[in-house]
Amino acid sequence: MAHYDFNMPVSEADVRKLKVNDTVTLNRTLYGIRDATLIHMFDRGRKTRFDLHGHAVIHTAPNVKWVGETQAHPSGYAPICIGTTTSARMERFTRPLMEQNGVRIVIGKGGLFAASQAAFSDLGGVYLAIIGGAAALETTWVEQIEEVDLDDLNPESLWKFRVRGFGPLLVAMDSHGGNLYTKVNESARDKRAGVLAALGVKS
Amino acid sequence: MKIDLKEVEEACKELYIRALKLLPPDIKEGFARLDAAETDATGKSVLGTMIRNIKVAEDTNNLLCQDTGIPIYNVVIGRGVEVDGHALKQAIAAGCARATKEHPLRSSVVHPVTRKNEHTSCGRLVPVINVDFSAAPDTLSIEMIPKGSGSENNSWLKMAVPADGIDAVKTFVVDCVLDAGGKTCPPTIVGVGVGGTADLCVHLSKVAATRPLGSQCSDPEGAQLEAELSAVVNQLGVGPQGLGGDSTSFAVHVETAATHITMNPVAVNMQCHSARRARATFTPAGLSYGY
Repeated sequence: MAHYDFNMPVSEADVRKLKVNDTVTLNRTLYGIRDATLIHMFDRGRKTRFDLHGHAVIHTAPNVKWVGETQAHPSGYAPICIGTTTSARMERFTRPLMEQNGVRIVIGKGGLFAASQAAFSDLGGVYLAIIGGAAALETTWVEQIEEVDLDDLNPESLWKFRVRGFGPLLVAMDSHGGNLYTKVNESARDKRAGVLAALGVKS
Repeated sequence: MKIDLKEVEEACKELYIRALKLLPPDIKEGFARLDAAETDATGKSVLGTMIRNIKVAEDTNNLLCQDTGIPIYNVVIGRGVEVDGHALKQAIAAGCARATKEHPLRSSVVHPVTRKNEHTSCGRLVPVINVDFSAAPDTLSIEMIPKGSGSENNSWLKMAVPADGIDAVKTFVVDCVLDAGGKTCPPTIVGVGVGGTADLCVHLSKVAATRPLGSQCSDPEGAQLEAELSAVVNQLGVGPQGLGGDSTSFAVHVETAATHITMNPVAVNMQCHSARRARATFTPAGLSYGY
């Protein structure tokens, strides 16, 4: 179990080093993305002006306040509360995000599934687990909302955050087939029969 | 007792913001209990981050979680309360919209077909407003629950049949916890509805999921069932965030209703670890806030 500090963006070799149970802290740039953003990008053909190559995306839609564009808030938005949503709904977008946009890291909660795992292995990527619901803390790791794209989808816009000390985040799915969720899930299913027996359920 | 609807609107604005920022004491105690018993290193670390987040939210006067949820207002009208019911619902929605605009909060509510967000946290039949009546004299109580989507997206209904018996109920609850994994933001409160019609059963599961920790089902049969399920559900090892550990759930709560001779429905709804709720109580002595 090693810890890595990444100054984004990173290379394929950087993420290939990561193994399940390692931890990672991100600095500089992080992109926020979620349901509507991804649906519009990959089902409706919309393009973003942001170059996501080598970058991390986090499944989020923040609470923000419009304050007007200033030096402190170049996007015009001040962050209020930035947290993380359940990743499972966005499963089918992992591969296109990596293939078409060059994304290397997906950050979310609850994990992704086999298609994403295969994309991580084939293309060199990882899934980092953040603690869902710990948004007040997560917000303290975000210095600024630098830019925003596809903002007609607000709050599901494509957000460019400047982050410092964003983590530590747990490597929960790696590019070598390692998957913490599968391990926990299989172990839990192995305990199902014992739990049902304890409840007096007749098999 | 006559209700001032301007005061209700103001309170419903305040309730939404309070609920998003202040975790009820019973949930904090639930965290302390789980943390003391957690034996898995990852589980312990995840719980530690969640507990730290509660403190950061208080210290920075920030929302606990970015998910502002679907706003639910549970209204209980006591005896002798004089209020125009239609205007009361309008006042609640107005307070909800004002919280969203004035704080501001992320509006998480869209039209189900167009997906258009009005940026008010309101829409058709939202906020959800449930109205009930009680014997309490001169008391109007409004409970606000911002129900997060991570947990709400994991809701289940099974129309089991009488021949399946109570075993079907128990098996279904265990399988729902397994299916949910980390998606519901565990540790959760697992809410179980047993009996009723299909819609009542699902409603009861929500009532159960949002009940304070330490409360019991008023039906002794339901109370026994929730005690049995609570005792074993954490043996599955799903753990906080589905990353493994003992702390899968704070508790299993059960609510029951009479059902049809041919029916045996069971529903499960979960509340995430950010088990937020806030309450405003109007009495002749004035307005007070609590949980």
